[in-house]
Amino acid sequence: MTASDGNGGAPAVDLSLMEPVFEKYAGQPGALIPILQKAQDIYNYLPPEVLQLIAERLGIALSKVYGVATFYAQFYLERRGRHVLRLCDGTACHVKGTPALLAAIKDEYGIRPGETTPDGELTLEVVYCIGSCALAPATVLDGRVMGHMRPTQLLQRVKRQIGSPLCSEEKNLEERTRRSR
Amino acid sequence: MAVTLKINGQTVTAPEGATILEAAHKAGIHIPTLCHHPDLSNVGACRICVVEVEGARNLQTACTTPVAEGMVVHTDSEVVHATRRFVLEMLLSDHPNDCMTCEVNGDCELQDLVYDYGVKWPEHHGTRHNWEIDPDPNPFIFIDRNKCVLCGRCIRACAEIQNRDVWNFAYRGFKTKLVAGADQFMLDARCESCGQCVAYCPVGALYDKMSLGKGRANQVQKVRTTCSYCGVGCNFDLNVRDGHIVRVTSAPDAPVNGMALCVKGRYGYDYVHHPDRLTAPLVRARWLEGVEEKLQSGEWRVFISPSSGGNGRDSSESAMLTPDTFIQTDWDTALDVVARKFAEEKRLRGPTAFGMLASAKCTNEENYLFNKFARQIMGTNTIDHCARLCHSSSVAGLAISFGSGAMTNTIADVTTQSKCIFIIGSNTTEQHPVIGVKVRRAKRYLGTKLLVADPRRIDIADYADLYIRHRPGTDVALLNGLMHIIIREGWHDQEFIAARTEGFEELKATVEKYTPERVSEITGVPVEQLEAAARMLAENRPGAMLYAMGITQHTVGVLNVMSCANLQMLLGNIGKPGGGVNPLRGQSNVQGACDMGGLPNVYPGYQPVTDPAVRQKFEQAWGVPLSDQIGLTVTEMVDAAGRGDIRCLYIIGEDPMTSEPDLNHVRHALEHTHFLVVQELFMTGAAELADVVLPAASFAEKEGTFTNTERRIQRVRQAVEPPGEARPDAWIITQLAKRMLALGAASPRADAPYAGWDYVGVSDVMREINALTPIYAGVTYQRLEEGAQLHWPVPDTQHPGTPILHVNKFTRGLGKFVAVDHMPPAELPDGEYPLILTTGRVLYHWHGGAMTRRARNLKAMYPEALVEINPHDARKVGIQNRQLVKLASRRGEIISRALVTERIAPGLVFATFHFPEAAANFLTIAALDPVAKIPEYKVCAVKVMPVSEN
Repeated sequence: MTASDGNGGAPAVDLSLMEPVFEKYAGQPGALIPILQKAQDIYNYLPPEVLQLIAERLGIALSKVYGVATFYAQFYLERRGRHVLRLCDGTACHVKGTPALLAAIKDEYGIRPGETTPDGELTLEVVYCIGSCALAPATVLDGRVMGHMRPTQLLQRVKRQIGSPLCSEEKNLEERTRRSR
Repeated sequence: MAVTLKINGQTVTAPEGATILEAAHKAGIHIPTLCHHPDLSNVGACRICVVEVEGARNLQTACTTPVAEGMVVHTDSEVVHATRRFVLEMLLSDHPNDCMTCEVNGDCELQDLVYDYGVKWPEHHGTRHNWEIDPDPNPFIFIDRNKCVLCGRCIRACAEIQNRDVWNFAYRGFKTKLVAGADQFMLDARCESCGQCVAYCPVGALYDKMSLGKGRANQVQKVRTTCSYCGVGCNFDLNVRDGHIVRVTSAPDAPVNGMALCVKGRYGYDYVHHPDRLTAPLVRARWLEGVEEKLQSGEWRVFISPSSGGNGRDSSESAMLTPDTFIQTDWDTALDVVARKFAEEKRLRGPTAFGMLASAKCTNEENYLFNKFARQIMGTNTIDHCARLCHSSSVAGLAISFGSGAMTNTIADVTTQSKCIFIIGSNTTEQHPVIGVKVRRAKRYLGTKLLVADPRRIDIADYADLYIRHRPGTDVALLNGLMHIIIREGWHDQEFIAARTEGFEELKATVEKYTPERVSEITGVPVEQLEAAARMLAENRPGAMLYAMGITQHTVGVLNVMSCANLQMLLGNIGKPGGGVNPLRGQSNVQGACDMGGLPNVYPGYQPVTDPAVRQKFEQAWGVPLSDQIGLTVTEMVDAAGRGDIRCLYIIGEDPMTSEPDLNHVRHALEHTHFLVVQELFMTGAAELADVVLPAASFAEKEGTFTNTERRIQRVRQAVEPPGEARPDAWIITQLAKRMLALGAASPRADAPYAGWDYVGVSDVMREINALTPIYAGVTYQRLEEGAQLHWPVPDTQHPGTPILHVNKFTRGLGKFVAVDHMPPAELPDGEYPLILTTGRVLYHWHGGAMTRRARNLKAMYPEALVEINPHDARKVGIQNRQLVKLASRRGEIISRALVTERIAPGLVFATFHFPEAAANFLTIAALDPVAKIPEYKVCAVKVMPVSEN
């Protein structure tokens, strides 16, 4: 697996998008994690070609890059759905009903935590406390926090979100990035 | 600054910065460890070494906690023991309870700890891992992650010893997993199959695949010996069970390599037991009498060559008996045939009708005996060996520049003391892998600068601070160009030049003409790179130069070597630690074969045959008059044999049918040799053409010494018996010599001290070497067995050896600058043959490939010849990767698969000589260096074209 190899029919990854990132962090030691974060911002996950490229450009072994990328829950090595639903299963949310939410999503979409629907629309993730215990059970859909969710309500929201072509994880990210500037 | 502390009530002093573990071990206090290894960095991962430090909040890991003044440490308190037991219970809770069948039973650090701490197998398990066993298809390294204790020693060994960084942990917590690369197969993750990870694994998680089920620690006998492949001289332990080598294990105290080994050394041992081994002497029927009867009585058998489809042992009656049929005879018959023929030819045609090829794969003692046989018994100096084809230019060139032709510094010195290592014409990673490892470590951990110049972008170039791709055959121009810049900038070491050298003004005048612009034009290297390289060499002194065949195998090989010497003298890099001109020798004992007089112009120890005093010494020792005529070299010998001037050719452990240039010519010559004797392990190309084939013993089947590339003499020890009737070369040559003496072929004076051939073991031969070879005078078996590390010259038994040559004085007195001009190679590309062919070797094979092609998994890794070609050239003639191509020169052609790669420059193709059916030497040109007589293997003109699969 090298950056120049093809990737077996999957849509090609535009590695040139990484150039500004490398430029920004050039010569900075310890920049691996921020670079991985930026890469994920760009591609929505960390494709193997990008990990290889980062390894080559930083002069770090691929095994080291991979070790870091898999260590942190924030990094994704699998292509993710256009929409990402995060369910908090921290203590408060668990007690207030997250298991029922998980069951509802599984019944409706057939996916478990960490999985993506075959049509690539929805990824389900479980996180452990997002610091919004007062809103338990707390959920995050495409970066927007939704509190006090019940199964039917959650399914409605998810359905609406998937139906709306204007909303996606990337778009919300862009929006948030813009706002944070 | 020393620190004083108390460990278990005992007052202990340790240097500042030492760990508690180091301080304790030094004081003789044992602290158990698991993730710690003295060769590797400490990570404190396993918590087995925890100790109580008074005043500290928690238990501390002894392997990572530095000592402090007044510290009070308890290593054996109840809380410490309880904690260690808990750690072990946790490990066992997710570990298979299968010590009964585990490969490392009896050699397992976890097992020992569990035993020592009396830990019972936990009754209740939590979640257990269920990893797939042996999931990686590589042929060498077995993985069972269920046994992994996540100590990370493999990760650190791969990173810190091998600098390959294949391994790492991925994921987190219970899911933590040892992965190669991005959870790939090992070979896709830059693994070079050295097996260091296996060597450092404390449990059975990583193991040698070839050794699975072959024998555990208490079932094998370990025999320490020296590797039979390249000239690095790695030591290791052959693990022997029931007369078979079942595994090679690292020897931590190996002087050159420590635990490090390469894929050939660790996994290339199985050729020793290959069914192709020759197990009986073979004589063509035409040289025998009474063949029919002996065949009928079953005393002799017809030999069917393995290559012709038989298994080599077949004696089917249906075999047609012709005069050319090889008959498997007894030793007496075969030796008598050879001795009678040699004696007869000597009597009828004189000594010049005989030629001998000694072997860089045989021991020092054996090579000494070969030299004695040729000179004393046959009366000729026509003895040479394949060093002619690799480093004769080094021997000749460095003898002119310095006065003696060998690596000036040691491997350890170069890789720990140098500020800059300049590698030119050496594919170090693949040909001298353990030196490659050490160079990479120097670069990574010592900040040594690395400059690599090679026409191919070889692996070591990936680690270089600066990589220069010059055109093949332009080394003199490149080196002159660097010297031009150094002198222009005044960077040369004027003090050294004035005090230690001569000829500087001539050199200066010559390199004056090699302006960067002109050099850039000749070499294809950009001017900026030339300037940067010169600056790197000048600013980082002392610097060492490593080179190999890329420098020597040219018609200007000697000039190349002298240019290397010029550069290093100019920089003042000679005779000091971290400097030197260091030719890397390619075979286990090629240095020794040269040292022992396997050369046509010198007796053992480079004593010239033309020097009357020297000759007189050997005449008195051996009791016969000796020839004062310099003998023929390998290439000349083959020619002479083809012409009929040499009637008897005796070839030992060497296959000219792969290693010589222009093989079609060689085949013709050997076919027309009147009487050809080949002494070999296998039925090689030359053996196929022989009149008599004598089956020899491998390195694992005999005693002796090898001299490695840094002039270090090391022991070779017998681990197993030779197969069938195969015998050590020393036995064969001694038997032959005695028969020749009985036939009156030579009549040494009885009173000469070394006239006879009755040796009591190889140490007896060494005593004779000591007496006649000043540079080996102090090399005794007793000293070697006591662990003495001797680099010649060792002038007496008290002398500690000479790790660095030319320290205060060059062997010849003053170092000589020899001004050298660039000359183009003998054959350059033209319209008909538009590409340059350069030749070499690959990691998984060695030399003519007779051994490595019979090492099952080395062969599996690289099963057929590949021709490397640049994508640009491949496109031009329509060649796809892995397509069959024909490569043709004016002398011959080969069919091989193409490897389309950027590793090779446009206009250049690369081929190996490991595979007889597609050996590059059918194409190479027998154009010789006029002084060293080395052929120009590195440059000839070829054309390439695709061929169809049928």
